Amino acid sequence: MSEARSVTDASFASDVLASEKPIMVDFWAEWCGPCRAVSPILDQIASEYSDKIDVVKMNVDENPDIPMQYQITSIPTMKVFKGGEVVKTVIGAKPKPALEAELQEFIG
Amino acid sequence: MRELVIIGSGPAGYTAAIYAARASLNPLVVASSVEFGGDLMNTTDVDNFPGFPEGIMGPELMMSMQTEIMYDDVVSVELEGPVKKITLGNKEVVEAKAVIVASGSAYRKLGIPDEDRLSGYGVSWCATCDGAFYRQKTVAVVGGGDSAMEEATFLTRFADKVYLIHRSENLRASAAMLDRARNDPKIEFILNATVEHIYGDDLVSGIGIVDTSSGNETTLDVSGLFIAIGSDPRTHVVHGQLELTDEGTIAVEGRTSHTNLTGVFAAGDVIDSTYRQAITAAGSGCTAALDAQHYLESLS
Repeated sequence: MSEARSVTDASFASDVLASEKPIMVDFWAEWCGPCRAVSPILDQIASEYSDKIDVVKMNVDENPDIPMQYQITSIPTMKVFKGGEVVKTVIGAKPKPALEAELQEFIG
Repeated sequence: MRELVIIGSGPAGYTAAIYAARASLNPLVVASSVEFGGDLMNTTDVDNFPGFPEGIMGPELMMSMQTEIMYDDVVSVELEGPVKKITLGNKEVVEAKAVIVASGSAYRKLGIPDEDRLSGYGVSWCATCDGAFYRQKTVAVVGGGDSAMEEATFLTRFADKVYLIHRSENLRASAAMLDRARNDPKIEFILNATVEHIYGDDLVSGIGIVDTSSGNETTLDVSGLFIAIGSDPRTHVVHGQLELTDEGTIAVEGRTSHTNLTGVFAAGDVIDSTYRQAITAAGSGCTAALDAQHYLESLS
């Protein structure tokens, strides 16, 4: 499973919204196959671009509020937050080159 | 150079790998980075694979077939000539004397307005991934085959109501799957109807369905639309190199796995527009491995 730090409904404001660096939240669940598939790729992105972007994960089963607030209806969904705002949404597991292309403006 | 590369990691690719490994061909399976295991990874119970009388979860079945695997994607291939070249997502080029293409199929879209825009916002191709977001909601499944029945039945775990919409009265689904769906009080069948519109600003709020005989359109209030209308063979990396059939599958010779190119074999859903079962794909993967083995023996 992912090595990324977990955030929760309770910690979301301080961990994500207050982050000065762009931060990508991976909304996932244990039972979601594509989430498990994309998780190691997100770990790679997190370590390769650690100076540019933070990567954290949120378990949607354990944290009902934030996923509802951001209208998550499909997982994995990855949302990049900057200055407390969503600046990018990626839905579905994608290969690493495709994810890197989607995140180009943050990691390029 | 490798003897054999297998593209794909569903039942066909894995079975080919088992046979090829036992023939000491040291196959490399290029499994895809995020879709390894194939379609069964997105299903729940598999009740029709021999050896598992109690049924088995799709992902579990696929994990138990694993062999030596590279979790990367095929970006391009050069299949002509005696040396086949396969370029991977990490830019590595793998060379092999023989290739088995078992790349499976990809979900078919409805091809209607707003489908792409609302994809991930209420439009889904994977009930097992997204079903839990529809607790106590009303959803629709479109399709008439086994996968549509499975999705509808699975969704009743969460949703209060599931419409099953199909364009005709003829449902291709197997009797067992159909009975399970028909006997479920949460599932309502709407037959002879097509989905023509998807409504919603940020999230799906409803769909427009058209009665195929009267042409009348009605709106159903649903929060989710699950599309299960079949899939198309995934042939984009071999386009222009391998001959395809009218159905879009890779053309093979008779009951063999031989494609139009020497040393290139194909197996599984990518050659099968008819049966498309885990077990037929597995059998087809076995055929391809044996064909590849005979070919490689003929070279030496």
